[in-house]
Amino acid sequence: MSFNSSRQYSPWVDRRQSKSMMGIVRGFHLDWPLFAGLLVLSVVGLFILYSASGQDLGTIGRQVLRLTMAFMVMLLIAQIPPHHLEFWTPWVFSLGIVLLLAVLLFGDVGKGAQRWLDLGLFRFQPSELMKIAVPMMVAWYLSEKAMPPSFLRILVALSIIVVPVTLIMKQPDLGTSLLVGSAGAIVLLLTGISWWLIGTAGILMAASAPVAWFYLMHDYQRQRVLTFLSPENDPLGSGYHIIQSKIAIGSGGIYGKGWLNGTQSQLDFLPERSTDFIFAVFAEEFGLIGILFLLSIFSYIVMRGLRIAYQAQDTYTRLLAGSLVLTFLVYVFVNIGMVSGLLPVVGVPLPLVSYGGTSMVTLMAAFGVLMSIHTHRKLLPS
Amino acid sequence: MAQFDTRVTLKDHLRETQLFSSRIIFFFAITVILIIVLVSRMVYLQIFSHQHYTTLSQNNRVSLVPIPPTRGLIYDRNGVILAQNLPSFTLELIPEKIEDMDLIITELRAIIELSDEDIQRFEKLRNQTSKFKAVPLRYRLTEEEVARFSARRHRFPGVDIAARLMRHYPHGKLAVHALGYVGRINEAELKKLDSASYNGTTHVGKNGVERSYETILHGEVGFKRVETSAQGRVIRVLEEQRPIPGKDLFLHLDIAVQAAAEAALGENRGAIVAIDPRTGGVIALASMPGFDPNPFVNGIETAAYTALATSTQQPLFNRAIKGRYPPGSTLKPFIGLAGLEYDVIHGGSTIACPGWYMLKNDERRYRDWKRDGHGEEVTLRGAIRESCDVYFYDLALNLGIDRISAFMRHFGFGEYTGIDILGETRGLSPSREWKRRAKREMWYPGETLITGIGQGFNLASPLQLAVGTAILANNGLHIEPRLAMALQNSDSNEKEYLPFSVAGTVPVIKKSNWDYVIDSMIKVVHSARGSARRIGEDSSYIIAGKTGTAQVFGIKQNERYIKEEVELHLRDHALFVAFAPARNPTIAVSVIVENGGSGGGVAAPIARKVLDAYIQGSRT
Repeated sequence: MSFNSSRQYSPWVDRRQSKSMMGIVRGFHLDWPLFAGLLVLSVVGLFILYSASGQDLGTIGRQVLRLTMAFMVMLLIAQIPPHHLEFWTPWVFSLGIVLLLAVLLFGDVGKGAQRWLDLGLFRFQPSELMKIAVPMMVAWYLSEKAMPPSFLRILVALSIIVVPVTLIMKQPDLGTSLLVGSAGAIVLLLTGISWWLIGTAGILMAASAPVAWFYLMHDYQRQRVLTFLSPENDPLGSGYHIIQSKIAIGSGGIYGKGWLNGTQSQLDFLPERSTDFIFAVFAEEFGLIGILFLLSIFSYIVMRGLRIAYQAQDTYTRLLAGSLVLTFLVYVFVNIGMVSGLLPVVGVPLPLVSYGGTSMVTLMAAFGVLMSIHTHRKLLPS
Repeated sequence: MAQFDTRVTLKDHLRETQLFSSRIIFFFAITVILIIVLVSRMVYLQIFSHQHYTTLSQNNRVSLVPIPPTRGLIYDRNGVILAQNLPSFTLELIPEKIEDMDLIITELRAIIELSDEDIQRFEKLRNQTSKFKAVPLRYRLTEEEVARFSARRHRFPGVDIAARLMRHYPHGKLAVHALGYVGRINEAELKKLDSASYNGTTHVGKNGVERSYETILHGEVGFKRVETSAQGRVIRVLEEQRPIPGKDLFLHLDIAVQAAAEAALGENRGAIVAIDPRTGGVIALASMPGFDPNPFVNGIETAAYTALATSTQQPLFNRAIKGRYPPGSTLKPFIGLAGLEYDVIHGGSTIACPGWYMLKNDERRYRDWKRDGHGEEVTLRGAIRESCDVYFYDLALNLGIDRISAFMRHFGFGEYTGIDILGETRGLSPSREWKRRAKREMWYPGETLITGIGQGFNLASPLQLAVGTAILANNGLHIEPRLAMALQNSDSNEKEYLPFSVAGTVPVIKKSNWDYVIDSMIKVVHSARGSARRIGEDSSYIIAGKTGTAQVFGIKQNERYIKEEVELHLRDHALFVAFAPARNPTIAVSVIVENGGSGGGVAAPIARKVLDAYIQGSRT
């Protein structure tokens, strides 16, 4: 794997600069439909957070600040043409690996996990960078050759995924490693490798689960899986989260208890209600009607992302766009799945709704990449 | 990549695009499926399981907080308060509001007395209670301590004084054996009590009427339905049901008569029971020595309790209802009446009393208390008046034990009186059947003799003697003794009088027989030769009475009983039973002075004081 040389630096001419109907400013790259979806989601998220935080305006203020920053990052990245991204891909990935190693060696410990790198001014989670860097790297590597990739290239691509995922798991951060791993895996699935191969891989993974259970997982992670399987066994301990969250959702009913009136959330029965379990607050206060609305916003964003991937013009951008949007879907599904008791509790926030900074910036950076891919298309001769 | 020519690249490009497009469509389908999965899950939770989770959510949120009822007060028959609820001051700390607990406690120690025991208990309670709830540190603060703390309250954030209602007995020792007392609910009681209605109640009646009227005095628990946070902090009250306070209890007891009775007994060990024969109402029920019930309310200190429990004076023992004493000569009027009613004797029957009595074929001499005897012609009247033993030896022998025991049972001897406090003794009224069962022995005629003078196996409580005397005074009507007279709701002035309970009537064969016996009892007090003549001399009303001097230990044949030579605890018990005014009795009384000596000399004057207090202090 060599960094570049064979790769052609192709400075496309961006015709949108002159023909754009949507850009307010000439030459400003922005996908309005996606932007609108994200904006609506953010506003809805702020309303939920206001309730979940116990009507704390300070929390809202900090979240608004983060959202603003994240949107700015998105818009900034949207301006970078995809071929620049492609060019820098191996460097970003290598930096990410180095930082992950640094975290394991010098990182700050918080809540029993080593995730943070203190850079003096701010703290930084290198694992977040890998959420984008891994799919970029896999896409970069695979798009070198024609699709579908050969078996050997698939193995190399797998190792590109496995190395950072293992490092993140060691921190330990099951949620992020899951997201990073799925981002990479989705790239592979999108390349069109045969279903037969995918099926075999799936069986192999299932077979290796016991190995992960005994050698790779931490006690608390094993506990989470056990708790997921039977939360009622430990109602005051680790099962408490899931039980209380299901009570919150179920008691919401069709119409919900009303904004700021959720007893599970307002009376502190629901743990982590501003962060990972914020969906339960929403479900309790707005009911099924509210959930259908929220899920439509998420669906809209995913559909728009898939459309962007569908319309992308070369292998690298296709694979990257597809992976980034589908990772967003994984986020949503894993979070809601765990809060509603379908999946084990892994620390995955609800995108743009959960309170918290780093993951939001990464997420919006990914949407920036999507926008960049979409708005820098060459108009193909018909 | 150089080996690929342009044609191949273009072809591949097209193929790749198709492949990728199919995969995107595949993932589009996956997206739709995942969304459907999530929606289905929500429908399952929010529609099909909605009821279930709503219940769970309510259970989380709402809890019931009991509000204990205020305990009913206890009054005597004239409305004098005997048991009340006084505010008691408790020093409480809210741990959440205190930064440095050790420092605060050290500073509190400077103004309020805190024992190590207090602090240990506090630490224990603190670990069991939520941080934001008040934990008691010291109970029963003195007013001085309350004042000292109040002046410095600003220095102690999170520390406060709480006023709680505590049971208090203003008369202290007086009538303690009738009233009983309340104390903290112990583990055994916790199991027995209805946990729902005692939710929030800390004290329960342990003894006396406090115990037997517990359900009435306690009232009904109220509750608050409150919304609480996950930590148990009360957010707001959703619903409140006020507790129903316990009913106030009015006793037949007259605290003035009770005080007179206890004062009359003085330093003696003994008991007095006074009953209104018309109602069965217990006017006084004294057992001396007594004890102050107030320290028991919040748990008496171990040393003080041990002192009470191990005292040879047995202050905790309720002699009035539990004490078993030989009734001695106080039984003679009943035996005499039996003789008349069974037609064994009549008013004119006489007997010679040489000072002793002998059975045929038996060398044993049954002695009279008077060595020289009561003369050649002793009538029943004289025998009662002077308490002639020989007369009753003979009468008892002629009656036979079967008729005696049957007759005595009519007067409640050997039976529970049915008084409304717990723990009374049944006493013992011997019979042939009883002896066969209990001792597996036949009945000897000699035992009949001593039964006739209230000795031998005979045992009766002061209460039983009073009840028997009341039946005699009532011409046979047997009403169960009762301490409680009436109930009253705390918010009304209407008393709800409790009904009498008639236990039975003694069949009266000849009314003149009863009059004869009562007349003889009047002579005991109001005649020159009466054994209690000293109390009759200056009495403004007529008293019918009977003295008794009960032997505690047997005297061998040919020995003399010399009071001064006998150890104190082996001396005779002094007894006296009486009712007055004799023709229209309103009070029947029994007095027992343990090892007091002579009934006429010691017990009768005490009874007189009780009768005076009741009749001359006249209230009904």
